[in-house]
Amino acid sequence: MFSASLLVFLTGCSGNQSALNTHGHSADALRDLIILITVVCTVVWLMVVGFLLWALARRREVPRRDSDTERKMALSIRLAIAATILTVAGLTIASFYTTRDLNSSNGASLTVRVKAQQWWWQFAYQASDQEPPFLTANELHIPVNKDVRLELEALDVIHSLWIPSLAGKLDMIPGRKNIITIRATRPGIYRGQCAEFCGLQHSHMAFVVVVEEGAAYQRWVAAQAAPAVEPAMAEASAGKAVFMSKPCAACHTIRGTSATGTSGPDLTHVASRRTIGAGLLETTRGSLAAWIADPQTLKPGNNMPLVPLTSDELRQISAYMEELK
Amino acid sequence: MRVQSAGAMGNKMSARIWFGGAAAGLAALAAVVGWMREPRQYRASPPLTAALDQLRLMPNAISGTPPEVYFALGKPYETTAFDLSQGKRLYSWFGCSACHGEGTGGKGPSFIDGWWLYGPSMVSIVASIRDGRPHGMPAFRNRMTTDEIWQLAGYIKSLGAYTASVTATARNDEKTGRPAENRAPAALLFNQGPEPLHPDQGPTP
Repeated sequence: MFSASLLVFLTGCSGNQSALNTHGHSADALRDLIILITVVCTVVWLMVVGFLLWALARRREVPRRDSDTERKMALSIRLAIAATILTVAGLTIASFYTTRDLNSSNGASLTVRVKAQQWWWQFAYQASDQEPPFLTANELHIPVNKDVRLELEALDVIHSLWIPSLAGKLDMIPGRKNIITIRATRPGIYRGQCAEFCGLQHSHMAFVVVVEEGAAYQRWVAAQAAPAVEPAMAEASAGKAVFMSKPCAACHTIRGTSATGTSGPDLTHVASRRTIGAGLLETTRGSLAAWIADPQTLKPGNNMPLVPLTSDELRQISAYMEELK
Repeated sequence: MRVQSAGAMGNKMSARIWFGGAAAGLAALAAVVGWMREPRQYRASPPLTAALDQLRLMPNAISGTPPEVYFALGKPYETTAFDLSQGKRLYSWFGCSACHGEGTGGKGPSFIDGWWLYGPSMVSIVASIRDGRPHGMPAFRNRMTTDEIWQLAGYIKSLGAYTASVTATARNDEKTGRPAENRAPAALLFNQGPEPLHPDQGPTP
C-alpha cells in the first residue's frame, strides 16, 4: 500500500517539467541541495524518533541525583547541541555554495529578453553577426552547453519564470530587470511555467524551451530571422488579404507585410511553434481556426477580442496562419 | 432517571435544531451568492447578435428605438459590470483613445463633458460606433461583433452618465486624466457644455 502510493507520487518526478529530472547547470545544483537536505533531515528525524521510542520503552528507574549522572546528562546535552549546530551550519554552508553556483556563469554568449504579460511570454533575440533581431512567443530555443542570459521583464503584474528541469525560478517585476543565466546540458524539450499567480489564466501561461545542438540552433535562428513566407496556396493568399484588412494587423506583426501591431504575439513564424495560446493548444490549422473564431471561450479573459469573420474568411485566415512556418 | 434522560433528549433536540439552522443559513448564503454572480457569456449566440443589430433609428440617425430583445434581456450592456468591463477592454483594444483620449476627447469629442453630439441614448452611441459619423468617426461594423459594439457603447455611456450607477468597471491601476468610472457624476462637469451646434439636436443635459 505504502509503496503503491509512493509510486503515484514519484511519477511527478519525471517528465519535461520536473525539479528532480534535471538537465541544467543550476537545476542540477538545486536538485543536489534538495536531496542533501532531505537525506540529512530524514536521518535526524529517524534518530529523534528512535531515541524517543527507546526512552518510552526502557525500564523506569528512580532518578539518582549523584555527580556521575549529572556529568553524563550534561555531556549528552552538550553533544546534542553540538550536533544540532553542526547540522544547521553544514546545511547553511551547502545552501550558500549552491546559491553561489547558481549565479556563476562563464560569460553568456547569448542574451534573450523575456517579457512576461497576461498571459503569454515574448522572447526577443538580439541581432547577431549574421542575423537581424527577431521576436518570438512562448517558445525559447537555446544552444546546448552554452550560458544563456535571460533578461526578465514584466509588463503588467508580477510573473515568475520557472523551467524546473533547467533552473530555479526568478520573479519578473514590472519596472525592473531581473537577470538569470541558464545552461542546459542535454538537448531536449522542456516546459516552463509562470510560477507567480498573475490572474485568471495563470495556469495557461506556459512555454516550451527547446535545447538544440549548435548547428540545429543556428538553422532555427536563420529561419526565425527571415521575414514571413509569401503564401503559396490561393486560399492562404486570400487569408493574407483578410488579415491585413481586419483588425488583426493592429495588434500582430508579420514581418515582411504591412502588419506591424505590437500588443499581441509576433506571428511571423507562428506555425513553426509547437503550441498556441501559451501552451494552451497544439499548433494545427484546426486549433488556429478555433482560437481565431472564439478566443474568449478557449482562454477566458485573454486580451484577444473576437473579430467578426465569415466562415470563408476564417478558413482563409487559418490557411494563411498554417503556412507561416 | 427519567428527568435525566429527558434532559439528554432535549440537548440532542436543540443540537439538531442548531445544526439544521446553521445548514439552512449556509445554504441560503450560497443561494444569495450564486444569485448575485453575473452569468458570463464569452460569445453571444448568433440569433441574439442578429436581433441586437435591428435598431430603428430616426431619419437623421440620431436616437431611435432599441431592438426589443434588449429590453427582454434587461438592458445588460448598461447594468452588468462584466459587460461594462468588457467595454472598457474593447475601448483600449480598438484604439478609441487615439481620438477620444481617456474619454476626455482629443481629435474626437469628449464623453464626459455632458454634451452628446448625437444624443445620449444607447441606440445613438451604438449607431455611431457601428456606422461611423461624419468628420472622422470610422465605422466598426466589420471589425467588431454586434455584442462587442453594444458592450463598448454601454461603457462609453457610463463614462458620461448623468446619474450614479450601482455597477461600474474596476478603476485603472495607473492615474487617469478623468474621474474614475465608479464615481457619482459631478454636477460641475455637466454645467458648462459647448454651445449646441444645432438647436434641434435634443435638449442640453
